[in-house]
Amino acid sequence: MSYAGWIILTASLVGISCGIVGSLLLLRRMAMMADAISHTVLLGIVTAYLLTRELSGVHMLIGAVIAGLLTALLVQWLHSMGVQQEASIGVVFTSLFAIGVVLIATRVGNAHLDVQHTLMGEITFIPWERVELPWGADIPEAVLMLSIVLVVILAVVIGLYKEWKITAFDPALAASLGLPVTLLHYVFVSMVSVTTVASFDAVGAILVVAMLITPAASAYLWTDRLAVMMALSGLFGILSAISGYSIAVWLDTSISGSMAFATGLVFLLSLIASPRHGLVARLLRPSVPPSP
Amino acid sequence: MTGLSPNAVWVLCSTLILGTASGIIGCFAYWKRQSLMSDALSHAALPGVIIGFVLVGEKHLPVMIGGAAISALVGAWFIHLIRSSSRIKEDAAMGIILSVFFGFGIMLLSLVNRMAGAGQSGLDSFIFGQAAAMVVKDVRVMSGLALFVLLIALLAYKEWKLHLFDPAFAQGLGLSNRFMNSVYLMCLVLVIVIGIQAVGVILMAALLIIPAVSARYWTHSFGWMLILSALFGGGSGAIGTLLSVYGKGWPTGPFIVISAACLFLISLTLGSSKGLIIMAIQQYRQRRLLHQPRIREQSAMERGRSA
Repeated sequence: MSYAGWIILTASLVGISCGIVGSLLLLRRMAMMADAISHTVLLGIVTAYLLTRELSGVHMLIGAVIAGLLTALLVQWLHSMGVQQEASIGVVFTSLFAIGVVLIATRVGNAHLDVQHTLMGEITFIPWERVELPWGADIPEAVLMLSIVLVVILAVVIGLYKEWKITAFDPALAASLGLPVTLLHYVFVSMVSVTTVASFDAVGAILVVAMLITPAASAYLWTDRLAVMMALSGLFGILSAISGYSIAVWLDTSISGSMAFATGLVFLLSLIASPRHGLVARLLRPSVPPSP
Repeated sequence: MTGLSPNAVWVLCSTLILGTASGIIGCFAYWKRQSLMSDALSHAALPGVIIGFVLVGEKHLPVMIGGAAISALVGAWFIHLIRSSSRIKEDAAMGIILSVFFGFGIMLLSLVNRMAGAGQSGLDSFIFGQAAAMVVKDVRVMSGLALFVLLIALLAYKEWKLHLFDPAFAQGLGLSNRFMNSVYLMCLVLVIVIGIQAVGVILMAALLIIPAVSARYWTHSFGWMLILSALFGGGSGAIGTLLSVYGKGWPTGPFIVISAACLFLISLTLGSSKGLIIMAIQQYRQRRLLHQPRIREQSAMERGRSA
């Protein structure tokens, strides 16, 4: 496959995984939590690197999941200590992220890991870092990892679809039905962390946040059904990946930055033109809503 | 202070004043329950910084600050628009603006970095903050604006208090909520844009959030909270700058945030009104109070049974 093809495929895989997880994220009102986790994952990666001195995928995944869970636990704990939810998210993620940045700047510096890389990703190099598959084909390492993560996420989401749906829309009902709401919360947080770190290496933290929240929010404007929302938001992710790449090639600029920008364009379009919740539809609709 | 160049002393002063101002505005944000708004707005300021740079063609702080303020305000307006005109909640709206504006900023940044001479502009330092890269002129602009914000906050102390704790009553007394909200947003954006040079767009929010939360552990009075938060903010600004000045080319922002986080941990454990230790002692006392009458009750019942 061509160079551009691999890049678009990588970004699309990120878009699909993030779209599915992001839909749930949006409905569970955890959008800023995703922002927090995408920052603290850095600390997990750096710690894993300092402990093992290698940048392999598995170590980084474990470190990232631990960092993500730690963030969720700390936020929960501070909140239970009487700090506002928002403020506790702000305290936890900025502190952990700062520790990560300082570790990189002072101890790991000049190694393969640097802050610029983690923020903006190295999607340009993805097509060259290849692995051999058992049946002979060689594909970029990131594509393999993202595919595995996508399969895992699909399995968890489809396997527990009913549970996710009910905890997202009505956590109180879910708890009264005897569902393990807390456990599901932490499973979900782990899912966000895994998605984040798998995408992180490829596209950087900014694009992860953009891909997690923005396509899901756009899809939320088009539909009322969870399954359709997930599919649409994956589709919007792919669309943003392709158009972002074209913008980046056209202007010769940062690929992940352009893709993040493209998710914004898709959202703006949805905000204006969505048939039921869009601005135009709102203007055209009679000011007194018809009785149902 | 030994070992500090005159420039470093200037920089130290400016981060001190910046920390103080952001500590106070951070308290306002805390009570408005808008802590994460500062995070969204500081990320949203990045495109403006770069557009400001491109317009002048060199690093000219006032123009860049102006650009940053405009783009942060556009971000704030978008968040408001998304929240009020669609069914998307505020947190998601902040996430969208934060990531899209920042992505746009990165896009512009890598465009500009290819231009001749831009590599030395130190634009990259706006992401993580490089206080050492500031010159005396920058420091003057920064300190002046920070003092201006401090002045607004202190002169209208009574009005702020009223507006934050009982907006409906304030409105009744003729203090327009709209007006106060605009002044608040202006102060917030000003603090953010002067801070991004020293602390960086990513961590600027920490300087607004952490001191206020830390101060909350020491007091229940709004006035004291402001004073403490200002002290914590100023202190972490100064300590962080000192630490980063002694290292070679270390970014300032993370060190400032780590200093703030340490102050937070101290407040969390030792805080005199909501700290962990005080809470534990209070709980212990409560539990003893609770147990005593129950024992008496039990013994009375046993006495009744035996009779």
